[in-house]
Amino acid sequence: MNHGWLERNSIFLLIGIIIVVAIGGAVEIAPLFWVNGTVEKVSGMRPYTPLELEGRNIYVREGCYVCHSQQIRTLRDEVERYGHYSLAAESMYDHPFQWGSERTGPDLARVGGKYSDQWHRFHLEDPRAVVPESIMPPYRFLFEKALDYRDIKKMLAANRKVGVPYTDDQIAHAQEDLEAQADPNSDGLDAMQKRYPKARARDFDGDPQHITEGDALIAYLQMLGTLVDFKAYRADAPENRR
Amino acid sequence: MHPEMTQAQTPWRFDHFFVPLIIFLGLAISMMEAAWSPDPRMDAQAWIFGACMAVMGVWYMWMYVGRAPLDDSRPYVDGVVKAGVVASMFWGIVGMLVGVIIALQLSFPHIFYLPDDAWTNFGRLRPLHTSAVIFAFGGNVLIASSFYVVQRTSHAKLWGGSLPWFVFWGYNAFIVLAGTGYLLGVTESREYAEPEWYADLWLTLVWVCYLLTFLGTLWKRKEPHIYVANWFYLAFIITIAILHIVNNLSLPVSLLETKSFSLFSGVQDALVQWWYGHNAVAFYLTVPFLAIMYYFIPKRAERPVYSYRLSILHFWSLIFIYIWAGPHHLLYTALPEWTQTLGMTFSIVLWMPSWGGMINGLMTLSGAWDKLRTDPVLRMLVVSVAFYGMATFEGPAMSIKTVNALSHYTYWTIGHVHSGALGWVAYISFGALYCLVPWLWKKKLYSNALVEWHFWISTLGIVLYITSMWVAGIMQGLMWRAYNQFGFLEYAFSEVVQAMHPYLIIRAVGGILFLLGTLIMAFNLWKTVRSGESVAASAPAAPLAAEAV
Repeated sequence: MNHGWLERNSIFLLIGIIIVVAIGGAVEIAPLFWVNGTVEKVSGMRPYTPLELEGRNIYVREGCYVCHSQQIRTLRDEVERYGHYSLAAESMYDHPFQWGSERTGPDLARVGGKYSDQWHRFHLEDPRAVVPESIMPPYRFLFEKALDYRDIKKMLAANRKVGVPYTDDQIAHAQEDLEAQADPNSDGLDAMQKRYPKARARDFDGDPQHITEGDALIAYLQMLGTLVDFKAYRADAPENRR
Repeated sequence: MHPEMTQAQTPWRFDHFFVPLIIFLGLAISMMEAAWSPDPRMDAQAWIFGACMAVMGVWYMWMYVGRAPLDDSRPYVDGVVKAGVVASMFWGIVGMLVGVIIALQLSFPHIFYLPDDAWTNFGRLRPLHTSAVIFAFGGNVLIASSFYVVQRTSHAKLWGGSLPWFVFWGYNAFIVLAGTGYLLGVTESREYAEPEWYADLWLTLVWVCYLLTFLGTLWKRKEPHIYVANWFYLAFIITIAILHIVNNLSLPVSLLETKSFSLFSGVQDALVQWWYGHNAVAFYLTVPFLAIMYYFIPKRAERPVYSYRLSILHFWSLIFIYIWAGPHHLLYTALPEWTQTLGMTFSIVLWMPSWGGMINGLMTLSGAWDKLRTDPVLRMLVVSVAFYGMATFEGPAMSIKTVNALSHYTYWTIGHVHSGALGWVAYISFGALYCLVPWLWKKKLYSNALVEWHFWISTLGIVLYITSMWVAGIMQGLMWRAYNQFGFLEYAFSEVVQAMHPYLIIRAVGGILFLLGTLIMAFNLWKTVRSGESVAASAPAAPLAAEAV
């Protein structure tokens, strides 16, 4: 074909460019939405509790993903250092994903339960007080600021619209559930744990008077990577082969 | 100023209605947000955006109400190009300065973190750095240079009246909105696409106007052929539009809130983001800078482009293959194996069209190599192409799965990005700015000696930067996977962090040197404009030889 023809017609040149750049994306990305097995079948995954979701929003807001990955690769040293390699299913309710691209700090995909709430508070307030080699910024302000959760119902509703299976019940009780999770003595605890199996309710920041941003962030960190039941997961099952 | 000009307006004045309307709507919407939003971040963003719109309104009245703008009486519209050059210089310094600050934060965390000021933390400043250098510095260079180049190679004036000016102001308003948003903690956490939904919508509008301006100018061209640089600019504009729209599909919590949730989740979201992320490298940091190469190197060397055939071949193969490369950011992750393999394969193949471009740029110097000794600006342009060749060899190598197993998540990636960003993108931009300022202001460059200083100081900076990051990255990767004689992991994560300390300091020094070079350049260009020797006809004379093929 004579290329001069494209050089004389800006619209054909434009259309040619669009076609050429569309092919790769269409072939590579589109199948992920319908090929079976792209997301494994696992047991234990549930949507985030309202408090965890608020914590996740703070994780995003502070740019934690810039230095911390949440994706353990299928390499021996990573599995030994951080735990079972990450499954696609573990981030299926993540809008957006937080896999990250850097490990200036360690991977956090399975940080849940590895440290105490108090360790997290000390570490977030002054990282070098607990890990002298750390180059992480201090997050003291998280424990001085009350959590702003006025729009928690809307947050859950928006997540449902993009595909997270929150029930009407969960959305309706979002605020009570958030408050219940931050207070182990609350009356709403049983109802919250019925709506969110395995959700842990504690006074995460050690300050019973206030629900702070620190409460939410620690609640989120403490659940990371703890949901999937790996005893029931079979990597070699046909539906999980990819 | 020009009373006789006011009547002699061009008949097509759609923009006289459209641009003020957009400014008015922008102002009105931001005032409504400021009044009604319960979200303090949205409130702050609304005031900032409102202020941007007010500035644009004042500018519009000053430029267009009651008089014809200066550009109307001239063969080419260069005012907006000049503004773009000034903005590039400004944002370049801001972006590199923020880079130096965050490099110092990682080197000396005791000193450079302010525990009570959330906005100064690394997590908020890092996107400010990346966006400021890529989108603010790089973006303004691209908008300015494309407006300059498309007019000269088409022998036509920029289309759209005040529309190109709207593109300039609108784009910079987006930068301000995005940058202040990061400091406030407003982010979608999608790397290189962090701005939230409302900033994304505004950018989409500005970008469509950019496409229209560019296409409209091509339609008015007096040259039968569209010059090769303009193919690259066109591919950049349209593909960035596609990437931007798809990657930023998200649902806001409400129209009065900053927060939104991505339409995709997990593994699909990851691939969409890295399809975008890698093609931001491709279509923002490579394709349009190749356009700069295709115009400024032949002009400066006064030689025709080496091979017309090679330019066709590498243009189409480059844009076709680049799109597939995204999955190499997700090797060994939960992304399905077939996608990883496809991404790696195309990333390796990509080496060829990349070097096709490099060869075409370097060989343009045929018969003019001696100018590298006497013209430091040409040297900067040519060295940038050499860095391009190096970075586009390193990239495919790093996308091989076994190499990536070591390099991913380490500082090696940071080093790789900066050999491309500093060596290729910034250097070719500097070269273009050193050409543009004397051409636009019709002055002789104030000092060639200062260009030499800039060149050598910043080259030393780049060398320190990338070598320290190579050593740090490879060491980091090896330490993470090291086992002791008992079969246990040898190093705790914190030990690896500690081992990085000297290299992070060397990196920061490299960054400081690079910033210093940029400041020298800003001084040189400022002196050129203010007190440089006037030159009657300094604009390049002969049309490019390849244009006529």
